[in-house]
Amino acid sequence: MAVYVLCLVLFCLGVYCILAKRNIIKIIVGITIAECAVNMFFVLTAYKTGGRAPILEPGAGIPVASMVDPLPHALVLTAIVIGLATTALMVAIAMRIYAKYGTYDIAEIRELKG
Amino acid sequence: MTPGCAIVPLCVAVPLGGAFLIALLGRKVRRLPDALGFMATLAALLLSLSSVGVVRTSGIVVYAVGGWAPPIGIALVLDGLTAFVLVTVNVIAFLVAIFSIDYMERFTAKWQFYALFLLMLAGMNGVVVTGDMFNLYVFLEIAAVASYALVAFGTEKHELEAAFKYAVMGTLGSLLILLGIAMLYGATSTLNMADMGRELAAQTPDSLLLLISALFLVGFGLKAAAVPFHAWLPDAHPSAPAPISAMLSGVLIKSLGVYALARVFFNVIGMTPQVSSVLMFLGALSMVIGVFLAIGQWDLKRLLAYHSISQIGYVLLGIGLATPLGILGGLFHLFNHSVFKSLLFLNSGAVEYATGTRDLQKMGGLARRMPVTSATTLAASMSIAGIPPFNGFWSKLIIIVAAVEAGRFGYAFWAVLASLLTLASFMKVMKYAFFGVLNEDWGDVKEAPFFMKFAMCALAAICILGGLLLLPAAYEPFLNAATKVLAEGTRYATLVMSEVR
Repeated sequence: MAVYVLCLVLFCLGVYCILAKRNIIKIIVGITIAECAVNMFFVLTAYKTGGRAPILEPGAGIPVASMVDPLPHALVLTAIVIGLATTALMVAIAMRIYAKYGTYDIAEIRELKG
Repeated sequence: MTPGCAIVPLCVAVPLGGAFLIALLGRKVRRLPDALGFMATLAALLLSLSSVGVVRTSGIVVYAVGGWAPPIGIALVLDGLTAFVLVTVNVIAFLVAIFSIDYMERFTAKWQFYALFLLMLAGMNGVVVTGDMFNLYVFLEIAAVASYALVAFGTEKHELEAAFKYAVMGTLGSLLILLGIAMLYGATSTLNMADMGRELAAQTPDSLLLLISALFLVGFGLKAAAVPFHAWLPDAHPSAPAPISAMLSGVLIKSLGVYALARVFFNVIGMTPQVSSVLMFLGALSMVIGVFLAIGQWDLKRLLAYHSISQIGYVLLGIGLATPLGILGGLFHLFNHSVFKSLLFLNSGAVEYATGTRDLQKMGGLARRMPVTSATTLAASMSIAGIPPFNGFWSKLIIIVAAVEAGRFGYAFWAVLASLLTLASFMKVMKYAFFGVLNEDWGDVKEAPFFMKFAMCALAAICILGGLLLLPAAYEPFLNAATKVLAEGTRYATLVMSEVR
């Protein structure tokens, strides 16, 4: 149970970082933290105390019920790659913003409103 | 495998392949991006139109990707709702691609634009056809990441600022959706939507389901820009190039937001009175707040973006009513809004193309110099304001009648009020931009080129004739088939599963 709570704490930390920080880079870091928390939660749904690697060996007599669920691992791999694409794009935008505005402070990057 | 099921994966593969080819060859061959963009969207349009016919003859079609039968493999599902949204998305995408041929000449990297555009289209079609929960997330992210890049396409100050804001909000929404999917997987041990629905129906609803519902509501609400989650939209949609604004406001917020929301809540989790009332409340809130914020705007595209929030409210209200008539109204308004809002954004693009401004106060009397743009804007304005016989009138009428029929008089009142305010706001647009005395700066302004005019006229024709979709011959296979899928609710699971065996 404690690990799930830690996951939640990590997610909240990430969201806090997105909402409260004024530096664009710190916001991107916050998104990455929240993403990691969700990915870890997903992997944890597959976890089983004392579970073993899901390698099916004919004749070895290992019960399937003693293995961890391999599907979330595959899914999280996909989610990590998607997260990488998003982060790369946001960092690229952040660099262009710095070139135009000369600052990473979102309080000074405020030309759109209304 | 039913005959005709091959068109289901092609809806995703054709735009994806087009994007790949353009990225590979677009820089070298000059006219290739235009030609490939045109052909890929045309092929996708024809596929989506034929999918309506397939659904009519063989009902639900399930395609097992890689031959792995569901619930183990990824399933692509084609039913009435899918065909309906596919047609909506691809009609708009085709006309927008035609419009872009002339409009995007102003930008240097046209091939990058087309590659991202087709990637976004592939993502949207994927969200609509998929029958697998995690696959939905993947396609949703493909469309979303492409749209972040497209908003930043101009790489000027405002575009970058808007794109960053949009990317942060969009990623947060996607994370909440992924968290919801993880919990749903934990609760059901399956990812296939139909199988998930079956598992959930066998369990007694508990507080976990409530948490999952909340996560999905916020996540998809962020994608659909319903009111408390709308802050990114008025920045992001006007900042993109006009064809992309038309795609974002016209179809992206609907396929990623409203469609996914409706699919998950009606067909997988099952509609509850609580979710229904939340949806109606969010809808009414978006409707009224969106239009109040719109009425004071002077930037034409920003005004249109606020109206998107308001019109999404109508769709959510109709679907949230969860009566067959309400769902019909909501879906019909989804189609109509796609048509007239993309037309309005294309019009604003044509005005910007000719004059270089989006400020209503600087325009004036453009009707004399740009008759086609002016006439099509008038048609779209009448549609969005709900003047008969334009298409917007019929869908709003159905939503209001459905609200009265369900005994929700308050919501019906707000819908009428928001409609009147919409009319007021578009009278302002017409008066300042097109009617009145010609501003002397625009004495030698020229009408938009051929392809832009063609796209605008085609959309205006759909605006005028859209009401005909309610005639029995068109109504049965198109609107009614889509309404039935949502009205049947969790029977979706049985229908899909019986198709597998």
